[in-house]
Parts: sequence; structure tokens; C-alpha cells
Amino acid sequence: GQPLGVLDGIPIAVKDNFNTAGIETTCASNMLKGYISPYNATVVQKLLDQGAVLLGKTNLDEFAMGSGSTDGVFGPVRNPWSYSRQYKEKSVPKPHSQDEESDWVITGGSSGGSAAAVASYTCFAALGSDTGGSTRNPAAHCGVVGLKPTYGLISRHGLIPLVNSMDVPGILTRCVDDAAVVLGSLAGHDPKDSTTIQDDFKPFELPNLTDVSKLSIGIPKEYHAPGLSSEILALWSKAADLFKNAGAKVIEVSLPHTSYSIVCYHVLCTAEVASNMARFDGLEYGHRSDMNKSTESMYAATRREGFNDVVRGRILSGNYFLLKQNYENYFIKAQKVRRLIANDFVKVFRSGVDILLTPTTLSDAAPYMEFIKEDNRTRSTQDDILTQAANMAGLPAINVPTALSERGLPIGLQFIGRSFQEKQLLTVAKWFEKQVKFPMIQLEEVKRHEHNVFQHQKSASFT
Amino acid sequence: AAARGCGGVWCRAWQRGTGGPAPRGHRAIACNARGGAPPFPACNLAPWVPVVGLEIHAQISSNSKLFSGSQVQFAAPPNSLVSFFDASLPGTLPVLNRRCVEAAVMTGLALNCSINKKSLFDRKHYFYADLPAGYQITQQRVPIAVNGSLSYSLCTDNKMSQMVTKTVRIKQIQLEQDSGKSLHDDTRSQTLVDLNRAGVGLMEVVMEPDMCCGEEAAAAVRELQLILQTLGSSKAVMAEGQLRVDANVSVHHPGEPYGVRTEVKNINSIRFLAKAIDYEIQRQIEELENGGTILNETRAFDSKLGCTVPMRDKEGKQDYRFMPEPNLPPLILYDAKSLPANVNHQQVVNIDWIHERLPDLPRVKREKLVEQYGILPEHSFTLLNEDGLTEFFENVVKQTQMKPRKVIGWILNDLLSYLKEHSLTVKESPVSSSLLADLLNLLEKKEISSTAAKQVLAELWKGKGKTPLQIVKEKKLELIQDQKELEQICQAVIDGQENEVIMVVLG
Repeated sequence: GQPLGVLDGIPIAVKDNFNTAGIETTCASNMLKGYISPYNATVVQKLLDQGAVLLGKTNLDEFAMGSGSTDGVFGPVRNPWSYSRQYKEKSVPKPHSQDEESDWVITGGSSGGSAAAVASYTCFAALGSDTGGSTRNPAAHCGVVGLKPTYGLISRHGLIPLVNSMDVPGILTRCVDDAAVVLGSLAGHDPKDSTTIQDDFKPFELPNLTDVSKLSIGIPKEYHAPGLSSEILALWSKAADLFKNAGAKVIEVSLPHTSYSIVCYHVLCTAEVASNMARFDGLEYGHRSDMNKSTESMYAATRREGFNDVVRGRILSGNYFLLKQNYENYFIKAQKVRRLIANDFVKVFRSGVDILLTPTTLSDAAPYMEFIKEDNRTRSTQDDILTQAANMAGLPAINVPTALSERGLPIGLQFIGRSFQEKQLLTVAKWFEKQVKFPMIQLEEVKRHEHNVFQHQKSASFT
Repeated sequence: AAARGCGGVWCRAWQRGTGGPAPRGHRAIACNARGGAPPFPACNLAPWVPVVGLEIHAQISSNSKLFSGSQVQFAAPPNSLVSFFDASLPGTLPVLNRRCVEAAVMTGLALNCSINKKSLFDRKHYFYADLPAGYQITQQRVPIAVNGSLSYSLCTDNKMSQMVTKTVRIKQIQLEQDSGKSLHDDTRSQTLVDLNRAGVGLMEVVMEPDMCCGEEAAAAVRELQLILQTLGSSKAVMAEGQLRVDANVSVHHPGEPYGVRTEVKNINSIRFLAKAIDYEIQRQIEELENGGTILNETRAFDSKLGCTVPMRDKEGKQDYRFMPEPNLPPLILYDAKSLPANVNHQQVVNIDWIHERLPDLPRVKREKLVEQYGILPEHSFTLLNEDGLTEFFENVVKQTQMKPRKVIGWILNDLLSYLKEHSLTVKESPVSSSLLADLLNLLEKKEISSTAAKQVLAELWKGKGKTPLQIVKEKKLELIQDQKELEQICQAVIDGQENEVIMVVLG
């Protein structure tokens, strides 16, 4: 027969906040445990129409709120690199009495399950979502390519929303070429999503860029953020030099409102969350409490039982900001700050810069036991700083795995491009990927049995 | 019933000592054209100026709902017209229905509004069983149409001989979603929720408080109803929930600031609207004159008792936490000037195109009837007020030589009163326009007297399938034209009453 499309037969995984018809869709929450969705998200449908094979739904932070993939009801996601030879070689040997498993590291979040699935070779590509960095952050920690497309390029119909005005479906793959292929299958106007642009989208193949002398790379100084590890700082600098030495113009630029993006995000995100979660009342679908004294008491009990602390905390904050007496001071103000943040990028791109180069995360993946010492909100505040602004501005951004840290864990760097200029963004990312030659994960158990397979998989491409 | 002009100034002049839920007010002076009242008392007690505004929700007549493709249909089996979006399934998104936008633009134009070329959608949050998403999508910041006006007419007396035209300002028209329906089953301690209506498109029409009594409000609503039905933007049948009216009522002394207003809901017909408003005005006057205060509350109209009662469960004011609807971009409308060159016409709404295709509004239709047929303005009101009556009238006129000015009498006095007596619509009339035309022709040709005509009509109502001519022959109602025959009859009468004749001759 004929192949259904370019993805025919390709195994993929989908983050569990995308609706999949006839398949449980939980958002890693008690509220939707056992919820069988009656329809496919547009992006899922597009993949299936191409012949892709859905291997499974992947774990996440509950309702995509978090930066560690540690706060879902099914438990935390373990970074496959925790079991890599590269990591094990570098880690301090533990006394026998201690649990060998206790120093596994997190994947980052909230699309941790998807990143882990791709990193561990269980599938060729996975769908994540990205609202404040939720695709790029775990991509960096898991050593995979994580693409956040321009807002409005890919349909959100069927993606259970966190922040409607910032969410995008994210693409996780092992190489940039693959990301371009998946993008080609997903992008384009969807009549079911009024926020997708009407313009025609033409899938593209990435050229093999050899000459970067016409490129102008911007290095935003504000991304030298507090807490940035010296390792990553050095890697970032090295990457800048790489471009410079290849003939590109590399200049320092300023995005002055970067430091406000976290607070701004906090107000706008929680406000939308409060609104988006209002539908979970136990009446039409999902968990319903046994409490039945009155409708109100049933609602309250259902929502208390169905949502975790993180979700409930954001709902409370969001409702506070939306109160009539607060709306002007918080919501409207945050919208104005958002505009300033977006304008920072506009100005820089207008001045001749083609692509921005920044770190993706502040450090490599933290051990789980370390990570959970701080609460979700604190962690998000820290971890989102480098990725959040691109969501504010709706710009495309991509994490490219760059090198291993001293602990043997992946570090990635981020490229941010102009609106709807994914082709240019991915072309530059591909060039960079070729230069850095990020190593393959050496999963001991797998390596023992599948050595031949891995040799074949060197380029991790399925074209 | 004919709308009576109301007194703009109400005095509390009912008999003291009588109780009862609906005290009578002494209506003193006619309102001026804008509904305000000249503030002089007709009695010794201090005058009150009632102020009435209206919030009207008209269900848009469309095949599918405002933001989803499920069907719009009255009285369908419960939960049979519910899409994933209507049920608020997670991940579903709103998609704006073009027909609903056109309906709102048509209505805005018909009400002389400015159409906002850019309007916005917002979320209005509250928790209720019939609101699946926990919020309603509406237009709170910038609605689709603003600053219009509606002219309506009232009769100043019962005889319908004097009509006065009044105007009410239209504050705005906004598009919004209807909610589902919840039925409380107290015996089984449960609430049944039907989402068929959830998401149906509504136009909320806000009328400024330019009215002063129940009759004015009723007349304004009636005119709006006719306009909507003429446009086809809403079927506006109150009994089917396609037109819902909430009244805002307050009273104050002339020269003083407006009083605290109450909102009156649960009004199911235009007649009850007038009653509810008048009751509420009286209630407020009584309360204030007894030294009480008016609470800014919502009250329900109890049609059985004819009074308003406080609605339960309104603890404190609701904060709806309005937020822009992030899934809908601003609604951009175009006119001939601003229409971009290479645009897909399926994707845009052109205000001018809609304007050019507006049908004749009721006011224009009435003027045309008056001009064409020489009938009185108040006749034209009655004609338009009854579904199908204008058509009936025009059909009769076409088929008879009798002047329309005379025909109208038969239509409005004889036909209409008969239909009303038997609660029939014009369509259900046992007497067709042709039959009536036949009868009127006999009258016009002087073959029968008008008394005889009425007798024939009475017989026609029985619907036995006889023609007027047949009935005339059967009952021997022909006018006798022959002089000799008439003389014979008269002579016979005189001959038979000898005594009376002698008395008449003697004086």
C-alpha cells in the first residue's frame, strides 16, 4: 500500500493534557482520573492521519503546573539520564546501605514524561506543551530537542489549557530535522481554534547551512540571571564564540524588562487558571465527590478532592487578581508589562538581530530529593526565568542539547527567533547541533542488548 | 389590549384602610415624549416619579449556537443538542457563529445604533449548575452596538383615537451565551440539568431608564418584538423563552436624585411585564411613604399573586471577575470603505451590505399602510400587532370594491373581536379573506344592509362551508329594492296595527 504520510509507522508519545479519543486523558490529576476523552486534539488527529503510532500518554505535573514533572498524581518522572553511564560514572559512589535509586534526577517540567520518552528511545517524537518553558526546560534536562512554536501556528484545540494566551503544543525529538518534520505535519490554520493564523503554512525541509556570516546573533545580557551556574555560563560563552569564529555577527543586546516577566506571568497565569479550572465541578465529567448536601458543597468537595495544592493555590491567587477591586492593579498592569516585554523583542529584532542565543536552564537537572525541598511555586519562579519571556511575546524558541555537565547530565542552549520564522530558527539550530555533536545517551541495560540498533541510530533521524 | 398612556406622576391616593397587594395609584398627568414627567402634583400628597429601565435578552434565530455547531431548537429531548464545547469538555474552544453576528448588526442598525467595528468578548464567572464552564462568554468591555433609540407609540385613552410617540434610548446591544436550564426536583432532592439551551446566542438589549410605567415598558417591548420578528434576527416569542425581560424600577421625588432600584425578573409575558412594573412602583412608593427603605435587590414576579417577591439566595453582591476571553480575537466588522481588497467574503461581515438589505421596519410598514390605504395610524398599529392580520386585510382589499377605509372597520371590529373572543389566531380564522371579501362585495353593491351583513358574518363564523350568497338567500336577507314591494310590506304592517295607527294620526 501507500504510506499515509511522512510519519507513517513512526512511534510517538503524547503528553497527557492532550485529548485522545477513547483513551484516558488525565492531566495527571485526580480530577480527570478515568476520564475517557471522546475526541482527538487536532494535533493528535494530524499525527494519526499521517500514520503515526501512538505509544502512550506521558506523565506531567498536574495540569502542566510545575517545572519538575514531580507534582502529578501518578508520581514524579525520572530522568533517563539518571541511569546513563555518563551520569553514573560521574556520581559519587554511595554506601551500600543507601538506596541506589535515591539520587535519580528530575526531568524538568512540565512535559517531563514526553522528554523522557524521547530521550530513552521509546519513541521518535513526543508532544509536549509550553506555557512558560514546559517543553524547553525538560528538553534541556533530558538532552533532547524541544521546540516551542510561534503562538498561533499550531492548533490548541484539544490541548487542555493552562494559559490560553500563552500555551502552545511543543515538539520533542532527538534532532532538529525531526522537529522540522513534525512541525510540518502539525502547523497550519485550524477552524476549531480561532487563535490560529489564517495564512497558509508550507512544510519545509531544512537546508544544510554552511555559511553563517550573514547571521546576526544577539546575546541578551539580562539572561545572565541570578543563579545561573558557572558551567552553563561558560557553555553559553563558548557557543557565542562558535558563531563568532564561523563568521557570524555576535552582539550583546538588552531585553530590559526580562526581570519582570516572572511576576507578570504569575498574575496572568493564575488569573487564567482560575478561569479555566472553573469548569471542573464534577457535574458533566471527571471526578465527582460523594458529598451531596447541596450543589455548592458538592462543587467544593469535588474541587478539593480533585485538585492538588498547586492547582488550588493558583486558583485562589488568580481569583484574587480578578476581583473587581484588584483587576486594574494586577491584571491590567500585568497585561501592560507583558506588552513591554514583547516590545523588547520587537526592538531587538528590528535592530538587525536574527536570532537570540540564551541558556535554557539555570543548571543541569537537580536530584529529586534536592528539588522537592522547595515548593512548586518557588521552583517555577526560579526555573522559568529563561524561558518564560518567549511565551509572553509568543515567539518561537528551541532548546538544542549542547554538552554534558560535570555531573554527566545534559545542558541545552536556547535559540529564540522572530514570529513565524521557524524555518530560520530551525536552520540555525540545526547548524549549531551539527557543530556541538551532543553525545548519545548510554543506557547500560539497553546498550547491552541493542548495541547494533544504536549504531544505526547515530543520527537519531528517521528520514 | 390597547396600551394606555400613563401618568408620569403617581400619587398615593388610594383609600386608606384597604389592604391588598395591588393598591391603586391615582394617575395624574400624561408623560411628555421622553417619558419624564412635569413635576406638579395632581393631589395634595408629594408626587413620585417612577423610573423604569429594561434588560432584554432575545434569543438569536440561527441554526446553530453562538460558539459551537450544535443545533438550536425549542423543546427537544433533554441534552440532545449538546456539543463537546457546550458541555465544557476540557480542551474545547469557542468558534464564533457568523449568522449571530449578522443578527446583532441587523438589530443594531434597526435600533439606530452605532455599530462598533471592533468589539471584544469577555468571560463572566459564576458557579451554577446550568453554566458548565463556570463562566459565560459575553461582551462586557466593548459590545457590538451602542447608543441607539427605539420609538414606540401609546394611546392616550381607551378609544385608541389619540396616539403619542415616545422614544427610549438603547444603551447597547451585546452578544452573549445563553445558559442551560436547571429543574429543581425537591421531592427527590435533586436538580436536573438540561444543556440544550447552553450556548445558544443571545442579544442583550439594554434600554435606558427613560420609561415611567408598565404600559410604556410593555409598548416598548412590543415594538422591539415586532422589529426583531420583522428582521428575523429573533423569533422573540416570550412563551418559548426567546424573549426575556428584566425590569429595573425605582422612584424618586422630582428634582431629587434617582432612588434605589430593584431588578424584577421572572416575567413571562408582556401583559405581566406591565403588571409587575406597576406593582413594583406602587410597592416602592408605599414603602418609602411609610418611612421604609428600598433595598437594591432582585425580585421575582409572582404572576398568580400579581406581586413581586424577593428572590432567595442573593447573599451579597456577586463579583463576576470579568476577564477577556483569550480564545476569541477582537471581532472586526467592515463597511464598504474599510473592506480589505483580497479578502474571503465568507470570513467578513460587511455592515453596509447588511444595511442595504434591511427589510421595512414596522414603523415604515405602518406608514405605508396608512398612505396606501388611507387608514388611521392606530389602525396600522393593530394590523401589525396581530400576526397575519395585515396580510388578511390586504387580501380582502384586493378582492373587494369596498374602500379600504371601510374594510378596516370590518377587520378590526368584527373579525378581530371574534378571533379574540375565541382565542384564535388569524391563521385559524374560520372565515377566510375571500369569504369576507365576498360578503363585503354584497354590502357594497347594496344587495344587503349592514345589519344583514353582520347576521351573515355571524353565520359564516360557524364555518359550515356556506358562501355569503347562500346564507343571504337562505335567510332571505336580501335588500328589497322594488318600491312597490316595499309599499306593500309597509301597508301590510300599517293594516295590521290599526289601533297604533289611529293613535299616531291623532298625535
